[in-house]
Amino acid sequence: MSTDSRLAPTARESSSHAVEITRQRKQRPFAGASARGNVQKIALAVGVLIVWWLVYGHLESFSKWLTISVLHLSLRTHLGSAVQFVIFEVPKVLMLLVLVVFAVGVVRSFFTPRRTRAILAGKRESAGNVLASLLGVVTPFCSCSAVPLFIGFVTAGIPLGVTLSFLIAAPMINEVALVLLFGLFGWRIAALYAGTGLLIAMIAGWVMGRLKMERYVEPWVYEMQSGDSSEQELTLSWSKRIHLGMEAVHDIVGKVWPYVIAGIAVGAGIHGYVPENFMANIMGKGAWWSVPIAVLIGVPMYSNAAGIVPVVQALLGKGAALGTVLAFMMSVIGLSLPETIILRKVLRPQLIAAFVGVVTVGILLVGYIFNFVL
Amino acid sequence: MKIQILGTGCTKCKTLAANAEKAVQELGLQSEIEKVTEIKDIMKFQLLATPGLVINGKVKAAGRVPSPEEIKQLLSEEEG
Repeated sequence: MSTDSRLAPTARESSSHAVEITRQRKQRPFAGASARGNVQKIALAVGVLIVWWLVYGHLESFSKWLTISVLHLSLRTHLGSAVQFVIFEVPKVLMLLVLVVFAVGVVRSFFTPRRTRAILAGKRESAGNVLASLLGVVTPFCSCSAVPLFIGFVTAGIPLGVTLSFLIAAPMINEVALVLLFGLFGWRIAALYAGTGLLIAMIAGWVMGRLKMERYVEPWVYEMQSGDSSEQELTLSWSKRIHLGMEAVHDIVGKVWPYVIAGIAVGAGIHGYVPENFMANIMGKGAWWSVPIAVLIGVPMYSNAAGIVPVVQALLGKGAALGTVLAFMMSVIGLSLPETIILRKVLRPQLIAAFVGVVTVGILLVGYIFNFVL
Repeated sequence: MKIQILGTGCTKCKTLAANAEKAVQELGLQSEIEKVTEIKDIMKFQLLATPGLVINGKVKAAGRVPSPEEIKQLLSEEEG
């Protein structure tokens, strides 16, 4: 793995490579102990997974039993069905969230930014855009790393459009949003969200590449040395990968669970109290102007993915059209003001404007297409 | 021993700085922790993700927040 992960090793990199070989040799005596640790951790993970599956499969019947037999509520009343909804949905969505965030954490341990860059370097534009969008989903990324990543990619010879595909896909397709959409609306809406998000990243990046905007990148970027002198994490053990997955669960689920519960509570609460087609007139299919307005409101808004799903739930439940709501959600989480401000350090205003413009147009199209097709 | 924290000031960078401080204290070291926040200076270390932990000019971690325990280990490796 060490040889194919870099395309143009500099003197500095090869020296760090040598250091790493000696480090690996030093660790040899402990190989036996770490292998045993590996087996233990994997066995534990499999055990937890089986328990997860058993509990998950019984949540619905458990929630009904609790509502009817313990709380003495009828499922035919508003209160009863709302209570059962909460008792069923909260553990269900939280369990899904834990599983998916854990899996994504483990998958991401295979795709360090360095590996992703190595995969993308030397790819031609169209194929590069597709690959960059897909990798944007699985590579660990936070918007504060957008600038180092941008510089690292561009100086490694990855085309500007391909780099932008990555930067669009990374925040746009968010694992928390995906789980919440799956849990609350089913796999169709979750797949629509992921699929169209990927398409926007691919096409918008490709268009930006066609526009030949390299001259609007701040000139100092190209004067930077290409390379990555950070520690190499090439052959992580499985026990370390599982540990990284658990860390992701701790970080992400620990942060978003209140939003999840809020979202489900909103879903339960609006059952009876807000008229079913309250939003139909302003955000329904008939109102052609609803998509651009939803995007106009969404772009400057910034919220994490978990925070926006309760809003999505409320809008959809009250008769807003799916395309409009999807466009709103994407513009909130896909285009964020903090990220654009950070990117301003490496991109001239013209390029920032084109970036926001092209992505906005993509989101608008998604909104209209869904409103017309569905 | 020179410790540098690379990052433009996001939450993760602050957590890393706090962890490094804790590690230094627990080891009873006399090292200063410098925060590098200017992006051009950060990029001189050639990393792809922030926050970054630099010990004696070498990037020890990038794009993640090592625990105080791990930083202690990194520090004693560097010392010994």
